[in-house]
Amino acid sequence: MSAEPISYPDDDALAEDRRRLEETWKSRPGLLGWISEVGHAKLGKRYVVTAFVFFALGGIEAALMRIQLARPEAGFLDPDLYNQIFTMHGSTMMFLFAVPMMLGLGVYLVPLMIGARNMAFPRLNAFSYFTYLAGGLLLYSFFFLNIGPDAGWFSYVPLAGPDYSPGKRADVWAQLITFTEISGLAVAVNLITTIFKHRAPGMSLNRLPLYVWSMLVTSFMVVFAMPAIMLASLMLAMDRLVDTHFFNPAEGGDAILWQHLFWFFGHPEVYMIFLPATGIVSTLIAVFSRRQTFGYLTLVLSLVATGFIGFGLWVHHMFATGLPQLGQSFFTAASIMIAIPSGAQVFCWLATLWGGKLRFRTPLMYVLGFIFTFVMGGLTGVMLASVPLDLQVHDTFFVVAHFHYVLIGGAVFPLLGGLFYWFPKMTGRMLSEKLGHLSFWLVFLGFNLTFFPQHILGLNGMPRRVYTYPPETGWGDLNLLSSLGAVVLALGVLVYVFNALRSLRSGPIAGDDPWESESLEWATSSPPPPYNFHLIPTVSDRYPLWTRTGDEPVVTGLKSDRREVLVTNTLDAELDHRDTSPGPSFSPFFLAVGVAVTFITSIFTPWGVVIGAVPCFLALLAWFWPRLDQGHTVLKEKKS
Amino acid sequence: MSGHVFSAVQQSALDPAGPQAERIGDVWWLMFWVCAVVMALVTLALLGGLLHARRRRESEAPQPIAPESHRRMTWVVSGALATTAVILLVLLAASVSTGRALGSLTSPDALVIEVIGRQWWWEVRYMDDQPSNILTDANEIHIPVGRPVLIRGTSRDVIHSLWVPNLHGKKDLIPGYVTDTWIQADRPGVFRGQCAEFCGLQHAHMAFLVVAEPPAKFQAWRAAASQPARPPRTPLELRGQQVFLNRQCALCHTVLGTDAGGRIGPDLTHVASRRTLGAGTLPNTRGHLAGWIVDPQSVKPGNRMPQNPMPSEDLLALLAYLESLQ
Repeated sequence: MSAEPISYPDDDALAEDRRRLEETWKSRPGLLGWISEVGHAKLGKRYVVTAFVFFALGGIEAALMRIQLARPEAGFLDPDLYNQIFTMHGSTMMFLFAVPMMLGLGVYLVPLMIGARNMAFPRLNAFSYFTYLAGGLLLYSFFFLNIGPDAGWFSYVPLAGPDYSPGKRADVWAQLITFTEISGLAVAVNLITTIFKHRAPGMSLNRLPLYVWSMLVTSFMVVFAMPAIMLASLMLAMDRLVDTHFFNPAEGGDAILWQHLFWFFGHPEVYMIFLPATGIVSTLIAVFSRRQTFGYLTLVLSLVATGFIGFGLWVHHMFATGLPQLGQSFFTAASIMIAIPSGAQVFCWLATLWGGKLRFRTPLMYVLGFIFTFVMGGLTGVMLASVPLDLQVHDTFFVVAHFHYVLIGGAVFPLLGGLFYWFPKMTGRMLSEKLGHLSFWLVFLGFNLTFFPQHILGLNGMPRRVYTYPPETGWGDLNLLSSLGAVVLALGVLVYVFNALRSLRSGPIAGDDPWESESLEWATSSPPPPYNFHLIPTVSDRYPLWTRTGDEPVVTGLKSDRREVLVTNTLDAELDHRDTSPGPSFSPFFLAVGVAVTFITSIFTPWGVVIGAVPCFLALLAWFWPRLDQGHTVLKEKKS
Repeated sequence: MSGHVFSAVQQSALDPAGPQAERIGDVWWLMFWVCAVVMALVTLALLGGLLHARRRRESEAPQPIAPESHRRMTWVVSGALATTAVILLVLLAASVSTGRALGSLTSPDALVIEVIGRQWWWEVRYMDDQPSNILTDANEIHIPVGRPVLIRGTSRDVIHSLWVPNLHGKKDLIPGYVTDTWIQADRPGVFRGQCAEFCGLQHAHMAFLVVAEPPAKFQAWRAAASQPARPPRTPLELRGQQVFLNRQCALCHTVLGTDAGGRIGPDLTHVASRRTLGAGTLPNTRGHLAGWIVDPQSVKPGNRMPQNPMPSEDLLALLAYLESLQ
């Protein structure tokens, strides 16, 4: 193994090497192949598709709510169904769409962007996906059985506690959370390790693509934020199942404790969704303005600063609970301060656009829409940081407007742009620009029409989470406008989906690098082979494909008859050693089934933990059973 | 008497009727204008960038940023960032000083009102040093104009949030806690408020009214409201009272001066003087009252009051009795 200038042996030997790599890294065929898949590209695409399906379901729920609210005292949904639907909408969008979509896109892109063959822990990657899928299936199966959670995506106690939510609805919510947290934590650990140990030689941390930086910071946020909500959902489940009284004031518990634990996770969660989006924006701006993104260091430091400050804001969700003045001022200051790194990012992007040579393709359109919308959402965010103002607009439609500006404008716009941009890499085919522009304008205008009026509704006193409102309040007209906007927005999303489905069948062939991009994922074929790169590239600056001269060294010497991957060191990505990466395995699927059995049965009985331990133990036994051909302990090599 | 309430609802944070909402309104307009200017500048910068970039006709080969242009951009970005920091500091100062001002409204001779959140209505108790003078009412808060009022909030079940936008921001009512909030109305009026923390099935129908009156009028109201219920005067009212006491009504509702002492639902001692039914759900008219008694579940599904089918003579008597409870 060595890094040296390309000296191809000869075409035949190279083709033979490729063929053997193909053989070594290929998936099993059929359904068994689907279950045993460990390749990051396939799992990543699976994440993206699954999350998009949940996005569509969450969107349908939003549409149902907009129909109900379009007129005062409408009877389209009864309160019981409405409450389930708004809970489903929030839980779906946060736990089943936004976070998994962002992490899943990272699973697809990060190894390609850093020149790796797979994630650091391929089987853990498969386990994460199945756990996530099980959580989603659990939630929707129970919802269709009329056991959908109805206490809000935040499940405040005591409303979600045993006394005021009898039945199993709140338990379903608590277990959904547990599923998605486990999945998210596993992906985060996997991404961090992959980014730290599997970068192409020469890709030192200060050459890491901005998107990968954003995934790194996001993953660290997941690692620190998720334990709080796992603890909280466990305590809630125990309050409900075995009569602990963590949150029951009558027995010395505390109703506010839940809010602290929930928002200690819940606020960073917003940044887990937003930071990957900023990574996408930094990427797209460079590619479509044909110049390097201005302020690499500033952008990286902004990501890291946001990652830290994001943990100091949670109390601004609780100003109305009457915390002491001094404490509130601290959280006001932190909430306002986070506008500084966000502002720094926006200014760097604007500076890059000025003087760039813009190509007004669909991805750039979404980025431009993002800047406008996100700045707007950021400004209303500054308003919400102010305790006095927050006391007026908290829990009103003003807040609904604010966070949709931040989450749709700040995360979904970049995501739609990013998916448009990476679609050719994932599928090998281009999307239609015409339909792309059409979808952008429908989404952008529809979005603003839907959510701008809600600011005014909030100031006019309309609280959130109401299934109806009386006509005398005068909220009817703006609500109608908002619902009409939602129709336009939904049309835009439909056009986008239609574009994707059409191009899957008949889109023009993309070629390796249709956008003349800058990062390594475009240095291989579209879609990439299962081993990603035949010869692992090396990197000598931040925009490897733009400064490519053609005689960069590549890494040779990785075995092609075994799944071998390169391990480099954390700071400078210098060659360290070779490692063997596991192939297709059924254990992750069976462990996910075991985990699902555990969580679902423990909705009904505490014995679920005992029952579920059996399949989990068996699956782990299979997972960790020593194999002769894997890991560091290679005793003899397979003959080929 | 209730028509005007429902035709002219006052429920807006932008129409302050007291010092607290006034101060918050000032912060709002400060932030609104600052943010509007920032938004305009960013939009201009964005559009300017697009126009500027459109004028370029060079090749599309990606370029590194030239050193002199990099220096210029660094200055611009640093300047914008510094400006941002200064603006944020100003907004922070405005916010904190307003927060302090909101806390400055106190008074030793304030009227103290306890508000207890219930699923899905409001129990309102006007406190007095003499426990026997404590007045219990529901879904309407009467306050004298120009006098600070201390609202001590708590909850008997789940978390609710008390919110009258014209007077002040929200304060959560939390089981196990007592949360204080100070309000004052500077002009007479009827202001609508609504629960702002999701509290279950009928969160949407948990409204109330704040009735701000000149002090003399308020005192008169309080004196009248502190009286026990007026005894029935006509045979019909008497029969209505019997219906009330013999059917299940009295298990949940109190009518002072009778044996009805239930604490589950709102106190009905002076129900006829209230403007709304079902916590702001319906105007308090005879027709709505009849509908509410017989079938509260179709108006406000899931509320704790059961359906009460009864012969029409009983219902008419009951209505006559309840309407006499002025």
